[in-house]
Amino acid sequence: MFDVIVVGGGNAALCAALTAREGGASVLILESAPIEWRGGNSVHTRNLRCMHDAPQDVLVEAYPEEEFWQDLLKVTGGLTNEKLARIIIRGTSTVRDWMRKHGVHFQPSLSGTLHVARTNAFFMGGGKALVNAFFRSAEQLGIKIRYETTVKHVNVKDGIFESVVLDNGEVISGKSCVLACGGFESNREWLKEAWGQNENGEWPADNFLIRGTKFNRGDVLKNLLDQGADQIGDVTQGHCVAIDARSPLYDGGICTRLDCVSLGIVVNQFAKRFYDEGEDFWPKRYAIWGRLVALQQGQIAYSIIDSKAIGRFMPPVFSAIKGNTISEIAQQLNLDVDQLNQTVNEFNQSCHVGTFNHNILDDCHTENIAPEKTHWALPIDQGPFYAYPLRPGITFTYLSLKTDETAAVFFNEQASPNLFVAGELMAGNVLGKGYTAGIGMSIGTIFGRIAGQSAADAVKKMKESHAHA
Amino acid sequence: MLTLNTLIADAKNFNQPSESVMEVQRVLQICNACRYCEGFCATFQSMTRRLDFNVADVHFMANLCHNCGACLHACQYAPPNEFGVNIPQAMAKVRLETYQTYAWPKQLGSIYQKNGLALTMLTSIAIILFLLSLQTSSTGLFNTNTDANFYAIFPHNSLAMIFGSVFLVMVLALTLGVRGFWRQVSTDPMMLGAAKDATLDMLTLKNLGGGHQQGCNEADDAFSLWRRRFHHMTFYGFLLCFAATSVATLFHYFLGWEAPYSYTSLPVILGTVGGLGLIVGPIGLLCLNLNRHPLHGDAAQKPMDIGFIASLLAISVSGIALLALRHTPLMGILLCVHLGFVMGFFLMMPYGKFAHGIFRSAALLKNAIEVKMGKSVSVGSD
Repeated sequence: MFDVIVVGGGNAALCAALTAREGGASVLILESAPIEWRGGNSVHTRNLRCMHDAPQDVLVEAYPEEEFWQDLLKVTGGLTNEKLARIIIRGTSTVRDWMRKHGVHFQPSLSGTLHVARTNAFFMGGGKALVNAFFRSAEQLGIKIRYETTVKHVNVKDGIFESVVLDNGEVISGKSCVLACGGFESNREWLKEAWGQNENGEWPADNFLIRGTKFNRGDVLKNLLDQGADQIGDVTQGHCVAIDARSPLYDGGICTRLDCVSLGIVVNQFAKRFYDEGEDFWPKRYAIWGRLVALQQGQIAYSIIDSKAIGRFMPPVFSAIKGNTISEIAQQLNLDVDQLNQTVNEFNQSCHVGTFNHNILDDCHTENIAPEKTHWALPIDQGPFYAYPLRPGITFTYLSLKTDETAAVFFNEQASPNLFVAGELMAGNVLGKGYTAGIGMSIGTIFGRIAGQSAADAVKKMKESHAHA
Repeated sequence: MLTLNTLIADAKNFNQPSESVMEVQRVLQICNACRYCEGFCATFQSMTRRLDFNVADVHFMANLCHNCGACLHACQYAPPNEFGVNIPQAMAKVRLETYQTYAWPKQLGSIYQKNGLALTMLTSIAIILFLLSLQTSSTGLFNTNTDANFYAIFPHNSLAMIFGSVFLVMVLALTLGVRGFWRQVSTDPMMLGAAKDATLDMLTLKNLGGGHQQGCNEADDAFSLWRRRFHHMTFYGFLLCFAATSVATLFHYFLGWEAPYSYTSLPVILGTVGGLGLIVGPIGLLCLNLNRHPLHGDAAQKPMDIGFIASLLAISVSGIALLALRHTPLMGILLCVHLGFVMGFFLMMPYGKFAHGIFRSAALLKNAIEVKMGKSVSVGSD
């Protein structure tokens, strides 16, 4: 019998497995994906948000605990657990050496990412390289890994973990267990149920794209909630960004993001604007646009820019829809030609152009128009014009198992002595809503390590109590 | 007029992207929107200096790619992902086109790439047989004088003339090829500092470092320095052997010191050390080549790769054997075998894998110039 069973194969699961092994436990990883799809959403990540009081290896300047905490407070609007959040924040200041020990390499942030060189440490090659390194280290340390192994049921008796049951009926017992198998974003029925039907009779979730793995179906989450595990978080909350509508249904990852929104206007299928495109820097506001588009009829929107914007944003994966006039753009997007012309004209006339600077919150803004555009408002008047269709892209959901500083799963407010949780499955404790770049990996890494340590400690305690008996 | 028409036709061909070029354009658009690999090597850094990729850009970047495999194993879009990004393979296919596009004469390039091993070996064997027949007619199959005097079999001057002229013609063919390549990919002025950087990149194989200097990928996602080491042994082994021949030529013409040289003489020491490197290196590269991850590179090019490796190995093994047995009756036969392999290698130089070194060096130079000029496109944010 294994000491620790880790359910999941992403960053949090691997951090838990490696830490439990370092704590002396024998460890089994159960990854539901086949080997070529292993790693869950972690393969789509790129960096870790880290606090530091002075410049540290790949990180410039300082990003102190308080600033990190304030950033988190701001994006979550207070929907966060301060105690857990501060554990995570502090943990990120020292965890990189541990990651390096297991083969992860960091790089100085290069093109197009300089503004995050202060707050985020970048993995050389991205999240899949990180996951590969952790898997290699796990194998070297004698951790057993089973791919294509899906857990359907977790046997818990009076809050005590006993075994997991696989989809083929096989039962695997363990002395303790870490659940780190992600949210439910790729379970389309559950998404549909969560988002419900809107006032137009539409089921918005039918039009969502999933940016990450198709293996996060939330079976274990549902199973635990059905067994009375304490939950936290809103079922409709998650990391939901606006991505190119032409993206694949799953695993489109980072390249499908469009960061030209703040350089132009965004209209819905009625060719009307609906939100301040220049509210804040794109990385900060990027995570709100998925929800904004989800709330539009048809769950679609269009970012429209002119030639002045070209070269000012990261190149998108799909080619732009191009037209010499706004009317041509409208025709290609199947939008009402007159309405789009009117929207653009009204916007152009309202622009109060100052000194355009995309690197600061500049003074180019609109006047006497609703919604306003508070920064980077330049008239859209220089052809050719370009458009990109937008759809909501879900990265991960925030509905979670409630936990504490030991990463224990709770049943009726009682901490389980040997069942722990990490990663997206508990991220909702810290992220009630909103998102800030790299924090998913911070939560996964730090709580993965805590869960692994707690699981190893639980095994030791059991052994000791057996020895005493 | 005919030449002009050919030139126009060629230019049209160049502007009409091939399937391999279009595949690189497709995957680079995905890479440029992702950029997770920008820390790995110069190829991705040159990518971030562009928003789109014309045919010349693609040829340049394909030759900048060292086929290290790191970006494939790190790629979230690698097969089976729907985007199916495989940069090492896409680049390898275009590199093959580079060798073909610029080879002179072109036809020989395409024959070599399909049948590298067979073609090199057949050419070498034909030359060996020819040399053996020459030798047999003058001294018999086994030579009776055992004072290691090669020139008793083939006079020095004829050897120097035959090998010298073949070598020069092949160097000319390669130079014309790389000049055509350079004219397509680079319009920037030459810079001395850039040449220094490019030379260092070339001599150290910096781009096989995986970005963290722990090496490239072979059979799996683990990093390994072995390809770099074996390549170094091969490359420097080759240079030492070349130096041995050059020193011996200088000895002969300027100092009047004629072969055979003693085991402790400079040409023999250079040749021995180089020859050993040229045995260990190619054997290592061959093992790595045969065990590489199936998605790395272009499997269709294995005959070319293996032909090149086999040719180098045949030269070094026959050379070392010749050195060891030069005082025996086998000397004459071994001399024919060794010279045959050397000649076969020279003849095939511009049409296959050897060209990678030349085109890659040109690409490294072009890249170093771009870096020095500080070329960049400014994109707002992540």
